Amino acid sequence: MSQDKFYQTPSQTVGPYFAYGLTPKQYLYNFPSIADGNLIINDEVSGERITISGQVYDGNGHLIPDAMIELWQADAEGNYSKDLSMFHGFGRLGTGTIKDSKFEFQTIKPGRVDGQAPHINVIVFMRGQLTHTYTRLYFSDETEANSQDPVLQSVEEDRRNTLLATKTIRPDGTTCYVFNIYMQGPNETVFFDV
Amino acid sequence: MSQNKRDWDVQPPFLYPDYKSTVLRAPSRPLVPIKHTLSELTGPVYGHDLIRPFDNDLTMNARVNGAPLGERIIVAGKVTDERGRPISNTLVELWQANASGRYVHKVDQHDAPLDPNFFGGGRCLTDSEGNYKFYTIKPGAYPWGNHPKAWRPNHIHFSLFGNQITSRLVTQMYFPGDPLLDYDPVFQGVPEKYRHLLISNFDLGVTEQDFAIGFRFDMVLRGDNETPFENR
Ligand SMILES: [Fe+3]
Repeated sequence: MSQDKFYQTPSQTVGPYFAYGLTPKQYLYNFPSIADGNLIINDEVSGERITISGQVYDGNGHLIPDAMIELWQADAEGNYSKDLSMFHGFGRLGTGTIKDSKFEFQTIKPGRVDGQAPHINVIVFMRGQLTHTYTRLYFSDETEANSQDPVLQSVEEDRRNTLLATKTIRPDGTTCYVFNIYMQGPNETVFFDV
Repeated sequence: MSQNKRDWDVQPPFLYPDYKSTVLRAPSRPLVPIKHTLSELTGPVYGHDLIRPFDNDLTMNARVNGAPLGERIIVAGKVTDERGRPISNTLVELWQANASGRYVHKVDQHDAPLDPNFFGGGRCLTDSEGNYKFYTIKPGAYPWGNHPKAWRPNHIHFSLFGNQITSRLVTQMYFPGDPLLDYDPVFQGVPEKYRHLLISNFDLGVTEQDFAIGFRFDMVLRGDNETPFENR
């Protein structure tokens, strides 16, 4: 059987019951996870320690407790590392285990890749999405780099703020960037046709 | 190098009102085009050290005091790009309901029995030819709240990476001849011409004598551009 064109397999929703299959450790199932909310494998890895925290909102402004968020990011030197012994550039969390449907990743602040501002690729899955969405997280304290980033600058000016994670210092002195995702509404997050 | 975009003739839309939860969860603004950078053209890589014995055998990986109930099946296929080239050593994750249509998931309240010997999650890597294979139990249909008498057709959830985050795929595999497919808005959300791509085929080659019947389900991930010089 020969075929010239192979059509992409259509996407389907991750559904409401992904937790034990895709994020089992986080949801306390007896099955190992391939990735979780901690991207730092070895404490020796260099880079600024940060928390990425956020919530996902639907079109009515209600929190979504059954979304799954994936991160893909470079290390502090701006490399997408394939060496998983120090830093895993990939993270995955559901929004169903922390109060108020939060996700919280422990990671390091990425370096610049190909002259782009530091950023994290974010993939969003949920019941009610037949196809996942892609967005990017930029850092609110990288004003200079952000102003020169070709992707960020390609976004309409009044929507760029939806891609900026806000820097906050927590009471324990750690740095947390807050990145909320709005599926609809006046602050609707910019999603990319990746 | 650039990657093919999502083929919106084939892929379901974000907003598909018959599937009610899309109404408040679909982006309302058009997607913003992006030129691919290293950030899009890379992705996580997993190796064999990740896979444990029986991770691809759901009839074995959660046994407590015997074999799980239900019809034992084999689901196998090939993962390729859009030019039919195999995608080797890529992670395939799978999860599903048990034979009674009940998920292990704590939120699943469907009044059907759990099976102490069945978990419903598994994973494997494709081999050098892009082939994968799972041993499992045929999942049952289950009701959901989308519309009166809404039942999901028998299905298995799949999650794949491919070589870049752009080739990321989460999908569902269905079984041939299932009458519920005509009433399922998740399946119907796919443009009609391409729905057959989500239906597995009974396959005598995959079937193992005196053991289990086999279904074949090939998956195609986004690949790099077929005509890389066209736009230069
Ligand atoms: Fe399901």
